[in-house]
Amino acid sequence: MSQHRIRFTLNDAPVDMAVPAERLLVDLLREDLGKTGTKDGCSVGVCGLCTVQVDGAPISACLLLATQVDGTQVRTVEGLASPLQDAFIDEGGLQCGICTPGQLMAADALLRAKPDATGAEISDWQMGNLCRCTGYYGIARAIAKAQEAQ
Amino acid sequence: MRPFDYVEPETLEEALALLADDPDDTVVMAGGTSLVILMKQDLVRPARVLGLRRIAELRDVGANSQGLALGALATHGALARSEPVRRHAPALAATFAAVATVRIREQATLGGNLAHADPAQDPPVTLLALDGVVVAKTRFAERRIPLDAFFADIFETSLEPGELVLGVELPSLPTGARGIYKKFLPATLDDYATVSVAAVIATDAGGTCTHARIALGGAGPVPLRAHEAERSLAGRRLDDVVIREAAALAAAATDPIDDLRGSADYKRAMVGVWTERALREVA
Repeated sequence: MSQHRIRFTLNDAPVDMAVPAERLLVDLLREDLGKTGTKDGCSVGVCGLCTVQVDGAPISACLLLATQVDGTQVRTVEGLASPLQDAFIDEGGLQCGICTPGQLMAADALLRAKPDATGAEISDWQMGNLCRCTGYYGIARAIAKAQEAQ
Repeated sequence: MRPFDYVEPETLEEALALLADDPDDTVVMAGGTSLVILMKQDLVRPARVLGLRRIAELRDVGANSQGLALGALATHGALARSEPVRRHAPALAATFAAVATVRIREQATLGGNLAHADPAQDPPVTLLALDGVVVAKTRFAERRIPLDAFFADIFETSLEPGELVLGVELPSLPTGARGIYKKFLPATLDDYATVSVAAVIATDAGGTCTHARIALGGAGPVPLRAHEAERSLAGRRLDDVVIREAAALAAAATDPIDDLRGSADYKRAMVGVWTERALREVA
Protein backbone atom coordinates (compact mmCIF):
# COMPACT_ATOMS: atom_id res chain seq x y z
CA MET A 1 0.00 0.00 0.00
CA SER A 2 2.64 2.51 1.06
CA GLN A 3 5.02 3.88 -1.57
CA HIS A 4 8.74 4.16 -0.94
CA ARG A 5 11.55 6.07 -2.60
CA ILE A 6 14.53 3.77 -3.13
CA ARG A 7 18.00 4.70 -4.32
CA PHE A 8 20.58 2.09 -5.23
CA THR A 9 23.05 1.29 -7.96
CA LEU A 10 22.20 -1.34 -10.53
CA ASN A 11 25.28 -2.59 -12.37
CA ASP A 12 27.05 0.63 -11.28
CA ALA A 13 24.32 2.96 -12.64
CA PRO A 14 22.27 4.96 -10.12
CA VAL A 15 18.56 4.16 -9.77
CA ASP A 16 16.13 6.48 -7.98
CA MET A 17 12.48 5.49 -8.07
CA ALA A 18 9.30 4.89 -6.08
CA VAL A 19 7.99 1.38 -5.40
CA PRO A 20 5.01 -0.05 -3.52
CA ALA A 21 5.95 -1.80 -0.25
CA GLU A 22 5.08 -5.25 -1.61
CA ARG A 23 7.27 -5.02 -4.73
CA LEU A 24 9.79 -7.88 -4.87
CA LEU A 25 13.31 -7.27 -6.12
CA VAL A 26 12.90 -9.89 -8.85
CA ASP A 27 9.82 -8.10 -10.23
CA LEU A 28 11.47 -4.70 -9.90
CA LEU A 29 14.42 -5.94 -11.96
CA ARG A 30 12.45 -7.81 -14.61
CA GLU A 31 9.30 -5.74 -15.00
CA ASP A 32 10.21 -2.21 -13.94
CA LEU A 33 13.84 -2.09 -15.03
CA GLY A 34 13.81 -4.54 -17.95
CA LYS A 35 16.64 -6.70 -16.62
CA THR A 36 15.17 -10.03 -17.66
CA GLY A 37 18.45 -11.93 -17.34
CA THR A 38 17.38 -12.65 -13.75
CA LYS A 39 14.83 -15.47 -13.89
CA ASP A 40 11.98 -16.25 -11.50
CA GLY A 41 11.85 -20.01 -10.89
CA CYS A 42 10.55 -21.56 -7.69
CA SER A 43 9.72 -18.18 -6.05
CA VAL A 44 10.57 -19.58 -2.60
CA GLY A 45 14.36 -19.17 -2.49
CA VAL A 46 15.26 -22.77 -3.28
CA CYS A 47 16.18 -23.04 -6.98
CA GLY A 48 18.71 -20.22 -7.37
CA LEU A 49 17.45 -18.92 -10.73
CA CYS A 50 16.93 -15.41 -9.35
CA THR A 51 20.38 -15.13 -7.73
CA VAL A 52 21.70 -11.55 -7.88
CA GLN A 53 24.41 -9.82 -5.86
CA VAL A 54 23.47 -7.29 -3.19
CA ASP A 55 26.58 -5.55 -1.85
CA GLY A 56 28.53 -8.49 -3.28
CA ALA A 57 26.55 -11.24 -1.52
CA PRO A 58 24.48 -13.74 -3.49
CA ILE A 59 20.79 -13.22 -2.70
CA SER A 60 17.49 -14.67 -3.91
CA ALA A 61 15.74 -11.73 -5.58
CA CYS A 62 12.42 -13.55 -5.11
CA LEU A 63 12.73 -13.30 -1.32
CA LEU A 64 13.85 -9.69 -1.04
CA LEU A 65 11.52 -6.71 -1.01
CA ALA A 66 12.63 -3.93 -3.33
CA THR A 67 12.69 -1.57 -0.33
CA GLN A 68 15.47 -3.71 1.15
CA VAL A 69 17.95 -2.74 -1.57
CA ASP A 70 17.70 0.98 -0.80
CA GLY A 71 21.27 2.19 -0.28
CA THR A 72 22.90 -0.96 -1.68
CA GLN A 73 24.82 -1.96 -4.78
CA VAL A 74 22.93 -4.51 -6.87
CA ARG A 75 24.52 -6.50 -9.66
CA THR A 76 22.68 -8.69 -12.15
CA VAL A 77 23.99 -10.89 -14.94
CA GLU A 78 23.66 -7.91 -17.32
CA GLY A 79 26.41 -6.22 -15.31
CA LEU A 80 28.74 -9.20 -15.20
CA ALA A 81 32.06 -9.21 -17.06
CA SER A 82 34.01 -12.24 -15.89
CA PRO A 83 36.15 -15.08 -17.24
CA LEU A 84 33.33 -17.25 -15.88
CA GLN A 85 31.16 -16.49 -18.89
CA ASP A 86 33.61 -17.89 -21.46
CA ALA A 87 34.49 -20.76 -19.13
CA PHE A 88 30.82 -21.81 -18.87
CA ILE A 89 30.68 -21.99 -22.69
CA ASP A 90 34.05 -23.72 -23.08
CA GLU A 91 33.42 -26.32 -20.39
CA GLY A 92 29.80 -27.16 -21.17
CA GLY A 93 28.53 -25.42 -18.04
CA LEU A 94 25.09 -24.96 -19.57
CA GLN A 95 22.59 -26.56 -21.86
CA CYS A 96 19.11 -25.04 -21.73
CA GLY A 97 20.53 -21.97 -20.00
CA ILE A 98 17.75 -21.00 -17.64
CA CYS A 99 19.84 -21.52 -14.51
CA THR A 100 22.94 -19.91 -16.03
CA PRO A 101 22.43 -16.28 -14.87
CA GLY A 102 21.98 -17.50 -11.30
CA GLN A 103 24.92 -19.91 -11.56
CA LEU A 104 27.13 -17.11 -12.85
CA MET A 105 26.13 -14.57 -10.21
CA ALA A 106 26.65 -17.11 -7.43
CA ALA A 107 30.00 -18.25 -8.83
CA ASP A 108 31.19 -14.66 -9.34
CA ALA A 109 30.24 -13.80 -5.74
CA LEU A 110 32.23 -16.84 -4.58
CA LEU A 111 35.36 -16.01 -6.57
CA ARG A 112 35.27 -12.44 -5.23
CA ALA A 113 34.69 -13.53 -1.60
CA LYS A 114 37.02 -16.54 -1.68
CA PRO A 115 39.49 -16.39 -4.59
CA ASP A 116 41.20 -19.52 -3.23
CA ALA A 117 38.00 -21.53 -2.70
CA THR A 118 38.55 -25.27 -2.58
CA GLY A 119 36.54 -27.70 -4.69
CA ALA A 120 34.44 -28.51 -1.62
CA GLU A 121 33.75 -24.81 -1.01
CA ILE A 122 32.73 -24.35 -4.64
CA SER A 123 30.30 -27.27 -4.33
CA ASP A 124 28.89 -25.96 -1.07
CA TRP A 125 28.44 -22.45 -2.48
CA GLN A 126 26.76 -23.65 -5.70
CA MET A 127 24.57 -26.16 -3.86
CA GLY A 128 21.42 -24.04 -3.99
CA ASN A 129 21.65 -23.32 -7.72
CA LEU A 130 19.77 -26.16 -9.35
CA CYS A 131 20.62 -27.36 -12.87
CA ARG A 132 18.62 -30.10 -14.57
CA CYS A 133 20.82 -30.37 -17.69
CA THR A 134 24.52 -30.54 -16.94
CA GLY A 135 24.83 -32.82 -13.94
CA TYR A 136 26.95 -29.99 -12.49
CA TYR A 137 30.30 -31.35 -13.71
CA GLY A 138 30.57 -28.78 -16.49
CA ILE A 139 29.66 -26.01 -14.08
CA ALA A 140 32.29 -27.16 -11.57
CA ARG A 141 34.93 -27.34 -14.35
CA ALA A 142 33.97 -23.88 -15.58
CA ILE A 143 34.29 -22.31 -12.14
CA ALA A 144 37.65 -24.02 -11.54
CA LYS A 145 38.88 -22.78 -14.93
CA ALA A 146 37.79 -19.19 -14.25
CA GLN A 147 39.43 -19.41 -10.83
CA GLU A 148 42.74 -20.41 -12.45
CA ALA A 149 42.43 -17.58 -14.97
CA GLN A 150 42.18 -14.97 -12.22
CA MET B 1 1.37 -10.66 -2.42
CA ARG B 2 -1.31 -8.55 -0.75
CA PRO B 3 -0.51 -4.87 -0.33
CA PHE B 4 0.70 -3.69 3.07
CA ASP B 5 2.20 -0.62 4.66
CA TYR B 6 5.91 -0.68 5.34
CA VAL B 7 7.78 1.25 8.02
CA GLU B 8 11.53 1.24 8.46
CA PRO B 9 12.63 2.98 11.66
CA GLU B 10 16.19 4.25 12.09
CA THR B 11 16.52 3.49 15.81
CA LEU B 12 15.52 0.80 18.29
CA GLU B 13 13.49 3.31 20.32
CA GLU B 14 11.55 4.30 17.24
CA ALA B 15 10.95 0.63 16.34
CA LEU B 16 9.64 -0.20 19.83
CA ALA B 17 7.34 2.83 19.76
CA LEU B 18 5.95 1.85 16.36
CA LEU B 19 5.42 -1.70 17.54
CA ALA B 20 3.72 -0.61 20.79
CA ASP B 21 1.48 1.62 18.74
CA ASP B 22 -0.15 -1.29 16.84
CA PRO B 23 1.21 -4.69 17.95
CA ASP B 24 -1.71 -6.76 16.65
CA ASP B 25 -1.55 -5.67 13.02
CA THR B 26 2.22 -5.23 12.71
CA VAL B 27 4.60 -7.99 11.69
CA VAL B 28 8.30 -7.48 12.31
CA MET B 29 10.69 -8.28 9.47
CA ALA B 30 14.41 -8.89 9.99
CA GLY B 31 15.97 -10.58 6.93
CA GLY B 32 12.60 -11.54 5.51
CA THR B 33 13.41 -14.99 4.07
CA SER B 34 10.57 -16.74 5.89
CA LEU B 35 8.16 -13.82 6.18
CA VAL B 36 8.19 -13.03 2.45
CA ILE B 37 7.35 -16.66 1.63
CA LEU B 38 4.54 -16.68 4.21
CA MET B 39 3.15 -13.46 2.74
CA LYS B 40 3.41 -14.79 -0.84
CA GLN B 41 1.51 -17.89 0.21
CA ASP B 42 -1.08 -15.70 1.94
CA LEU B 43 -0.45 -17.44 5.26
CA VAL B 44 0.47 -14.13 6.93
CA ARG B 45 -1.50 -11.01 5.99
CA PRO B 46 -0.02 -8.08 7.85
CA ALA B 47 -1.56 -4.63 7.62
CA ARG B 48 1.88 -3.26 8.38
CA VAL B 49 5.42 -4.63 8.15
CA LEU B 50 8.07 -3.16 10.43
CA GLY B 51 11.49 -3.55 8.81
CA LEU B 52 14.47 -3.59 11.17
CA ARG B 53 17.30 -3.38 8.62
CA ARG B 54 18.42 0.17 9.49
CA ILE B 55 18.98 -0.51 13.20
CA ALA B 56 22.73 -1.08 13.01
CA GLU B 57 23.22 -1.71 16.74
CA LEU B 58 21.29 -4.99 16.43
CA ARG B 59 23.95 -6.39 14.08
CA ASP B 60 26.71 -6.43 16.69
CA VAL B 61 28.38 -9.71 17.60
CA GLY B 62 31.04 -9.84 20.30
CA ALA B 63 32.62 -11.62 23.23
CA ASN B 64 32.98 -10.26 26.75
CA SER B 65 33.90 -11.68 30.15
CA GLN B 66 30.38 -13.14 30.50
CA GLY B 67 30.41 -14.96 27.17
CA LEU B 68 29.07 -14.11 23.72
CA ALA B 69 26.50 -11.47 22.81
CA LEU B 70 24.85 -11.98 19.42
CA GLY B 71 22.72 -9.23 17.87
CA ALA B 72 19.32 -10.17 16.47
CA LEU B 73 20.11 -8.77 13.01
CA ALA B 74 23.39 -10.66 12.58
CA THR B 75 22.94 -12.85 9.52
CA HIS B 76 23.64 -16.57 9.56
CA GLY B 77 26.59 -15.90 7.25
CA ALA B 78 28.01 -13.20 9.50
CA LEU B 79 27.70 -15.48 12.53
CA ALA B 80 29.34 -18.38 10.69
CA ARG B 81 32.30 -16.10 9.80
CA SER B 82 32.47 -14.23 13.11
CA GLU B 83 35.86 -14.61 14.81
CA PRO B 84 34.41 -14.45 18.38
CA VAL B 85 31.77 -17.07 17.53
CA ARG B 86 34.31 -19.36 15.85
CA ARG B 87 36.64 -19.03 18.85
CA HIS B 88 34.13 -19.38 21.71
CA ALA B 89 31.44 -21.55 20.12
CA PRO B 90 32.78 -23.29 17.02
CA ALA B 91 29.79 -25.67 16.97
CA LEU B 92 27.50 -22.65 16.65
CA ALA B 93 29.54 -21.17 13.78
CA ALA B 94 29.36 -24.57 12.07
CA THR B 95 25.60 -24.71 12.68
CA PHE B 96 25.02 -21.37 10.97
CA ALA B 97 27.36 -22.40 8.12
CA ALA B 98 25.19 -25.46 7.45
CA VAL B 99 21.79 -23.75 7.23
CA ALA B 100 20.10 -24.00 3.81
CA THR B 101 22.17 -22.30 1.09
CA VAL B 102 24.61 -19.40 0.95
CA ARG B 103 21.86 -17.07 -0.31
CA ILE B 104 19.60 -17.79 2.65
CA ARG B 105 22.52 -17.44 5.05
CA GLU B 106 23.34 -13.97 3.72
CA GLN B 107 19.77 -12.75 4.28
CA ALA B 108 18.34 -14.72 7.23
CA THR B 109 19.07 -13.39 10.71
CA LEU B 110 19.44 -14.83 14.21
CA GLY B 111 16.46 -12.90 15.60
CA GLY B 112 14.23 -13.67 12.64
CA ASN B 113 15.07 -17.33 12.94
CA LEU B 114 14.11 -17.40 16.63
CA ALA B 115 10.92 -15.35 16.27
CA HIS B 116 9.78 -17.54 13.34
CA ALA B 117 9.96 -20.59 15.68
CA ASP B 118 9.98 -23.25 13.01
CA PRO B 119 10.80 -26.48 14.90
CA ALA B 120 12.84 -27.81 11.95
CA GLN B 121 15.39 -24.98 12.11
CA ASP B 122 19.04 -25.57 13.04
CA PRO B 123 20.30 -22.60 15.10
CA PRO B 124 17.84 -22.93 18.02
CA VAL B 125 19.07 -26.47 18.71
CA THR B 126 22.70 -25.48 19.16
CA LEU B 127 21.75 -22.28 21.01
CA LEU B 128 19.71 -24.42 23.40
CA ALA B 129 22.66 -26.74 24.06
CA LEU B 130 24.81 -23.66 24.73
CA ASP B 131 22.37 -22.39 27.43
CA GLY B 132 21.39 -19.40 25.28
CA VAL B 133 19.26 -16.62 26.70
CA VAL B 134 17.09 -14.45 24.48
CA VAL B 135 17.15 -10.73 25.26
CA ALA B 136 13.77 -9.19 24.43
CA LYS B 137 12.42 -5.70 24.91
CA THR B 138 9.15 -3.80 24.76
CA ARG B 139 8.90 -0.04 24.84
CA PHE B 140 8.72 -0.30 28.62
CA ALA B 141 10.86 -3.20 29.80
CA GLU B 142 13.69 -5.53 28.84
CA ARG B 143 13.78 -9.17 29.94
CA ARG B 144 15.87 -12.29 29.48
CA ILE B 145 14.18 -15.51 28.39
CA PRO B 146 16.16 -18.77 28.59
CA LEU B 147 15.94 -20.57 25.23
CA ASP B 148 14.13 -23.52 26.79
CA ALA B 149 11.29 -21.18 27.79
CA PHE B 150 11.29 -19.17 24.56
CA PHE B 151 9.51 -21.55 22.18
CA ALA B 152 5.85 -22.19 23.05
CA ASP B 153 4.66 -24.37 20.18
CA ILE B 154 5.05 -24.81 16.40
CA PHE B 155 5.66 -21.27 15.04
CA GLU B 156 4.83 -19.79 18.45
CA THR B 157 7.09 -18.09 20.95
CA SER B 158 6.60 -16.68 24.42
CA LEU B 159 7.22 -13.13 23.14
CA GLU B 160 4.60 -10.67 24.35
CA PRO B 161 2.79 -8.27 22.03
CA GLY B 162 5.07 -5.34 21.30
CA GLU B 163 8.17 -7.29 22.29
CA LEU B 164 11.21 -7.41 20.03
CA VAL B 165 14.14 -9.85 20.09
CA LEU B 166 17.33 -7.83 20.60
CA GLY B 167 19.71 -10.77 20.56
CA VAL B 168 21.01 -13.84 22.35
CA GLU B 169 23.50 -14.10 25.21
CA LEU B 170 25.61 -17.25 25.55
CA PRO B 171 27.37 -17.82 28.89
CA SER B 172 31.01 -18.89 28.94
CA LEU B 173 31.35 -22.66 28.79
CA PRO B 174 33.33 -24.76 31.28
CA THR B 175 37.00 -25.02 30.34
CA GLY B 176 37.57 -27.70 27.75
CA ALA B 177 33.91 -28.00 26.81
CA ARG B 178 33.35 -29.45 23.35
CA GLY B 179 30.28 -28.90 21.24
CA ILE B 180 28.88 -30.38 18.07
CA TYR B 181 25.79 -30.05 15.89
CA LYS B 182 24.80 -32.95 13.67
CA LYS B 183 21.86 -33.02 11.33
CA PHE B 184 20.41 -35.96 9.49
CA LEU B 185 19.88 -35.03 5.83
CA PRO B 186 18.77 -38.10 3.86
CA ALA B 187 17.51 -36.05 0.88
CA THR B 188 19.55 -32.95 -0.02
CA LEU B 189 22.11 -30.92 1.88
CA ASP B 190 19.99 -27.77 1.72
CA ASP B 191 16.89 -29.51 3.13
CA TYR B 192 15.59 -29.10 6.64
CA ALA B 193 16.96 -31.84 8.86
CA THR B 194 14.83 -34.92 9.44
CA VAL B 195 16.19 -34.73 12.98
CA SER B 196 19.20 -32.95 14.45
CA VAL B 197 21.24 -33.13 17.63
CA ALA B 198 23.46 -30.61 19.42
CA ALA B 199 25.68 -31.81 22.24
CA VAL B 200 27.99 -29.87 24.55
CA ILE B 201 30.17 -31.96 26.84
CA ALA B 202 32.95 -31.24 29.33
CA THR B 203 34.99 -33.85 31.15
CA ASP B 204 37.56 -33.63 33.95
CA ALA B 205 41.17 -34.85 33.71
CA GLY B 206 40.02 -38.39 34.52
CA GLY B 207 37.45 -38.41 31.72
CA THR B 208 34.44 -38.03 34.01
CA CYS B 209 31.61 -35.98 32.57
CA THR B 210 31.22 -32.65 34.38
CA HIS B 211 28.88 -30.85 31.99
CA ALA B 212 26.36 -32.27 29.51
CA ARG B 213 23.79 -30.61 27.29
CA ILE B 214 21.86 -32.46 24.58
CA ALA B 215 19.33 -30.62 22.44
CA LEU B 216 17.18 -32.08 19.67
CA GLY B 217 15.67 -30.57 16.51
CA GLY B 218 12.80 -31.86 14.40
CA ALA B 219 11.90 -34.06 17.34
CA GLY B 220 8.84 -32.25 18.68
CA PRO B 221 6.79 -29.06 18.38
CA VAL B 222 9.74 -27.05 19.71
CA PRO B 223 13.49 -27.70 20.00
CA LEU B 224 13.89 -30.05 22.98
CA ARG B 225 16.43 -30.56 25.74
CA ALA B 226 17.04 -34.24 26.53
CA HIS B 227 17.26 -33.67 30.29
CA GLU B 228 17.25 -37.33 31.35
CA ALA B 229 19.95 -38.18 28.84
CA GLU B 230 22.05 -35.29 30.19
CA ARG B 231 21.58 -36.48 33.79
CA SER B 232 22.57 -39.99 32.80
CA LEU B 233 25.99 -38.72 31.69
CA ALA B 234 26.78 -36.65 34.78
CA GLY B 235 29.65 -37.98 36.85
CA ARG B 236 30.30 -40.94 34.55
CA ARG B 237 33.02 -41.83 32.08
CA LEU B 238 31.64 -41.64 28.56
CA ASP B 239 32.21 -45.20 27.42
CA ASP B 240 30.09 -47.12 24.90
CA VAL B 241 27.53 -48.30 27.44
CA VAL B 242 27.00 -44.83 28.89
CA ILE B 243 26.74 -43.22 25.44
CA ARG B 244 24.21 -45.81 24.24
CA GLU B 245 22.14 -45.36 27.38
CA ALA B 246 22.07 -41.57 26.90
CA ALA B 247 21.14 -41.97 23.22
CA ALA B 248 18.21 -44.21 24.16
CA LEU B 249 17.05 -41.69 26.77
CA ALA B 250 17.28 -38.88 24.18
CA ALA B 251 15.13 -40.90 21.76
CA ALA B 252 12.61 -41.49 24.53
CA ALA B 253 12.40 -37.74 25.18
CA THR B 254 11.14 -36.94 21.68
CA ASP B 255 7.62 -36.16 20.49
CA PRO B 256 7.96 -36.14 16.70
CA ILE B 257 5.21 -36.04 14.08
CA ASP B 258 4.77 -38.06 10.88
CA ASP B 259 5.58 -35.94 7.85
CA LEU B 260 7.33 -36.13 4.49
CA ARG B 261 10.72 -36.42 6.23
CA GLY B 262 9.70 -39.61 8.02
CA SER B 263 7.31 -41.27 10.42
CA ALA B 264 7.37 -40.41 14.10
CA ASP B 265 8.83 -43.84 14.90
CA TYR B 266 11.59 -43.39 12.33
CA LYS B 267 12.51 -39.94 13.62
CA ARG B 268 12.60 -41.24 17.20
CA ALA B 269 14.95 -44.03 16.15
CA MET B 270 17.13 -41.58 14.21
CA VAL B 271 17.42 -39.30 17.26
CA GLY B 272 18.95 -42.28 19.05
CA VAL B 273 21.40 -42.94 16.21
CA TRP B 274 22.45 -39.31 15.78
CA THR B 275 22.71 -38.62 19.51
CA GLU B 276 25.07 -41.58 19.78
CA ARG B 277 27.15 -40.27 16.88
CA ALA B 278 27.24 -36.75 18.33
CA LEU B 279 28.30 -37.99 21.78
CA ARG B 280 31.05 -40.18 20.34
CA GLU B 281 32.56 -37.15 18.63
CA VAL B 282 32.67 -34.98 21.74
CA ALA B 283 33.23 -37.64 24.45
